[in-house]
Amino acid sequence: MINEGPYSHQASDTAYQFAKAALAKGHQIHRVFFYNDGVNNATKLTEPPQDDRHIVNRWAKLAEEHGLDLVVCVAAGLRRGLVEENLAPGFRISGLGQLVESGIQADRLVVFGD
Amino acid sequence: MSEQGGEKGGMDLEEETSGVVKKFMFVNRKAPHGTIYALEALEVVLISAAFDQDVSLAFLDDGVYQLAKGQDTKPIEVKNFSPTYRALEGYDIEKLYVERESLEARGLTEDQLIVPVEVMSGEELARRMEEQDVVIGC
Repeated sequence: MINEGPYSHQASDTAYQFAKAALAKGHQIHRVFFYNDGVNNATKLTEPPQDDRHIVNRWAKLAEEHGLDLVVCVAAGLRRGLVEENLAPGFRISGLGQLVESGIQADRLVVFGD
Repeated sequence: MSEQGGEKGGMDLEEETSGVVKKFMFVNRKAPHGTIYALEALEVVLISAAFDQDVSLAFLDDGVYQLAKGQDTKPIEVKNFSPTYRALEGYDIEKLYVERESLEARGLTEDQLIVPVEVMSGEELARRMEEQDVVIGC
């Protein structure tokens, strides 16, 4: 679960590094759920300076390589103008039930945020 | 508080999660206004009620202000969602834990809270946290 937006907060970077390390150790990631300002990690309008990491594309690439399910909360997204039209590839929009479902099915739920 | 329809999401969700009851604790540490954390945390709590899980809420630090009586949000032009905490009982969410030290540090007493709660020490709250399967802080 990622609760903070990209660049303004470390949460998404840390979550990404954690996810990569977990996958490298052979763990499975049931889902990555974006909530609060975390939904801003999923906008395809993101254009960081060229010498900086591209947080959005980096998630999409990791998802493609490992078949990750990147889910953006619909309600939190609507509040912040994140809709299908500006959703980056590799992400999908769904409900909070997906978060609760992950909590039930996964061995661990890790929260990245303040 | 209103929720968008179809929030539950996930196909075959009932089948995949049926019968599994985990202990979920939502940890509220932030003041009700100033940031959106308290409101959006409450939205997750309400959704979790639909999954028949063992849900509890913990309030500590400035999070205890979320339950303060007599909130008036008109001057700051935001929604006063504090009555929603009173509706939790109707969703069978009745385990509300408040840390005593946080209350005392802010000069609040149990009778100044809008819902019945269980006031406990940080130590006891830590024990409850230890018992959980899932702890969500937001």
